[in-house]
Amino acid sequence: MGAFIKRMGVPTFIVAAFLIIVLVSAFVLGLSVPVLISDALRRVGMNGLLVLAMVPAIKSGTGPNFALPIGIVGGLFALVCCMELNIVGFQLLLYSSLLTIVICVLMGWVYGKLLNAVKGAEMTIATYTGFSIVALFAILWLTVPFTNKKMGWMLGSGLRETIQMDAFHADEIISKIGMFNIGGAREVVDDVTTITGGVTIPTGILLLFLLGCLLVSLFFKTKTGIAIYAGGVNPRFAQASGLDTNRYRIIANIISTVLAGLGIIVYSQGWGYAQLYSAPLNMAFPAVAGVLIGGATASRATCVHVVIGVCLFQGLLTSAMPVSNVLFPGTDLPEIMRMIIQNGVILYALTQVKGGGR
Amino acid sequence: MSEIILSMQHISKEFSGNQVLKNVSMDIRAGEIHALIGENGAGKSTLMNILFGMPVIHTTGGFTGRVEVGGQEVHILTPHEAMAHGIGMVHQEFMLIPGFTITENIKLNREITIPTVVSKVFGKSLEKLDIRQMNKDARKALDTMDIGIEEYTMVAGLPVGHMQFVEIAREIDKTGVRLLVFDEPTAVLTEGETQNLLAAIRRLAAQGIGIVFISHRLDEIIQVSDRVTILRDGELVVTKDTKDTSAVEIAQLMVGRALTIERSGGAERHISDEIFLDIKNLRVKMPGEEVKGMDLQVKKGEIVGIGGLAGQGKLGIPNGIMGIYPAAGQVSFDGKPLELNNPRAAIRSGLAFVSEDRKGTGLLLDSSIDLNIVFTAMQNEDAFLYKLGLVKFRNQKQIRAHAEKMIHDLDIRCTSSSQLVGSLSGGNQQKICVAKALTQHPKLLLVSEPTRGIDIGAKKLILDLLLNLSEEHGMTIVMTSSELAELRSICDRIVIVCEGKVAGELLPTASDAEFGLMMSGSRLSQHQLEGQTGAMPDDRAAREMTAAFQAAAAGILTPPDGSMGGVN
Repeated sequence: MGAFIKRMGVPTFIVAAFLIIVLVSAFVLGLSVPVLISDALRRVGMNGLLVLAMVPAIKSGTGPNFALPIGIVGGLFALVCCMELNIVGFQLLLYSSLLTIVICVLMGWVYGKLLNAVKGAEMTIATYTGFSIVALFAILWLTVPFTNKKMGWMLGSGLRETIQMDAFHADEIISKIGMFNIGGAREVVDDVTTITGGVTIPTGILLLFLLGCLLVSLFFKTKTGIAIYAGGVNPRFAQASGLDTNRYRIIANIISTVLAGLGIIVYSQGWGYAQLYSAPLNMAFPAVAGVLIGGATASRATCVHVVIGVCLFQGLLTSAMPVSNVLFPGTDLPEIMRMIIQNGVILYALTQVKGGGR
Repeated sequence: MSEIILSMQHISKEFSGNQVLKNVSMDIRAGEIHALIGENGAGKSTLMNILFGMPVIHTTGGFTGRVEVGGQEVHILTPHEAMAHGIGMVHQEFMLIPGFTITENIKLNREITIPTVVSKVFGKSLEKLDIRQMNKDARKALDTMDIGIEEYTMVAGLPVGHMQFVEIAREIDKTGVRLLVFDEPTAVLTEGETQNLLAAIRRLAAQGIGIVFISHRLDEIIQVSDRVTILRDGELVVTKDTKDTSAVEIAQLMVGRALTIERSGGAERHISDEIFLDIKNLRVKMPGEEVKGMDLQVKKGEIVGIGGLAGQGKLGIPNGIMGIYPAAGQVSFDGKPLELNNPRAAIRSGLAFVSEDRKGTGLLLDSSIDLNIVFTAMQNEDAFLYKLGLVKFRNQKQIRAHAEKMIHDLDIRCTSSSQLVGSLSGGNQQKICVAKALTQHPKLLLVSEPTRGIDIGAKKLILDLLLNLSEEHGMTIVMTSSELAELRSICDRIVIVCEGKVAGELLPTASDAEFGLMMSGSRLSQHQLEGQTGAMPDDRAAREMTAAFQAAAAGILTPPDGSMGGVN
């Protein structure tokens, strides 16, 4: 049993056990487990790419990408630029994704350069870089001369804190591709079908997440991917083999930043809102915790860890709230628990880091 | 005969089944300077660790044998207890606080204090320092060595030689010190400082303190010691009065061991006259193995050995050429100048390196055997890839086929080519390093400490493999090793490196004494020897030293008959 837990990873085991307890109590309390599962799946799809962004960074040896907000603000900037041009629907997501790639490659490159200058303290520097960029962009959101009424304040200039995606007909449009329901009650009133209950599968967003995982996995089978991996696990070996490890660290962090940028667009459409200002500040830690719960460490991560981690973590977050609302009404327990699990698992991972994370 | 202050009898010690000391006995008399000499790994440090009760001894199962101090058996379990028995150690690295004065450093943690009103209330730690008395004590200790530096000088900024004296003064100042161990005290000193130190050591001995003097430098040992104990492979070779021996004899006893690997082959080698690798004035900044201006020429088809004691810079040579540590100088390979500080350029020009740091630089321990074998070739020659447009994927089929061929050819013992390298034994890991190098199709192979940390049987296999590469495939090999025996078993010639420079070149058949002398790098020039013969305990030794030094400097090879005919 001990060996099994060790192989699985202590955080993975604890969170998985906890998730099972919560789901069982939900069933006992008479809550609708299918609804909980539907909700969890939706959140898995929304957060998937953000968590996936950790993989290239960890593999390259720079540790979990605590500077995820860099990519996130890049993606949001691309999104609001396209909104300003009043692009709507799928085209909004498509064009803003393309613009995100351009912006995030540039930002990731600068960020990679920064990381190469602070070897040995990457995780600390990354955390503060992430905080700083959010503050910097808060000024930008306030001062950009955008005029589209759908995203401005009622009075004065600058962008709103939350921009509704449905104003651009872009809410949940990826999620709804191929969405289907299992076991729900179907009711047809005036040719409009309403489904209640059952498990709803957001096929599009899940497929997109799995496609991302597949592409990242494939990337690490290429010459460049293998070089990044070698530079991450043993930089001396990589250098002695004639590799410019700094270059590969930059490439990995560019990929991570681009994934974060694309991730926030997917997240925003799934959530229905694009959140500016301080919202990106709090997005790095859940993503880091996500991959760590999946069994990754600060120096080793695969796409499998991402899938497991995001399912466990998001599953727990979505199901714990209704359960605790019944058990302990009027408390903020789920939020407290989220903080404990999220920060606890990060703390645990950091205590496992040996020799400065490299 | 003066009183015996320390006696170590029948000391044996093993580290996880590996016998590092076998029944070693030595005793130290009051007032004598007792030199302890041996190659790296001969057991000197272990013996001293036992004497000082270092934790490394007791956490690995202790030792067998008897230690007596002043005629009574003692069980020293901590360095602190050793101190209480009057045994002191002068460290190789200075353990001084730069921002403190000499007095403060000498008296650190043994301060003389005067009670004050405050201390009577709040305890002893608030007593006032008796600076005057402390300065007086420090002065006395410094005067013992006849050192003119002021005791109130700050340690920061003192010349290295003076720091060494402060270190010694601290040991002398401890009350009741009876035995002082000097661990390679002259390693960092200049010529003049060395002479001062040796004079100081003699003065200390004259006051009745027993001295254990550990050094690689034969000339210093001959010059200063009364008796010498030679260790080799954990065994006591002999303890002799220095006046009855000579540098040449000590060198011979230190190195001379039965060759575990017999010399074989050599006849079938095709050595052309073409100079393949030409190194001029190579300087490499590798910590602990610095190369300070080294010239070497390697001909096509040769196996050249680079030997020397640890820390003398032999490992810096291959690491510098391969661009792993910063290097400067001119290196040309295969007729073209080689770009230094660029591992990629070195690899692309046809050099391959089997690193001495197998687990650090040599392998990806958490990865499979096949990836390790093909990695360097894949990254530098675009081998083992298939291309889909711009993207180059690893060609797992080709990789596995190649790895399996290598596993078969080099007889690597593993369950499959996807086994993790970290789970293999040292010998098999080394074979993977060689396989990785061979996969690059190199023109010249640099091999560094190929048998470090692997057992005897695997050693033989690795050496046979190298020999086979040379004889059947005409591979040019430059092999660096601390083990003379293995260099002598397969090399065509052996270059000995001392203090970052070439000390000389010997044939593998040269005598033990020649190797020993050259590795110990006599530092005294002929001029100094003549000026100081008075200080030498033995005139004969001085003459031999001079002759040996000249021979080494001129690179003259003496007849390999094992006698010292060529030197005398």
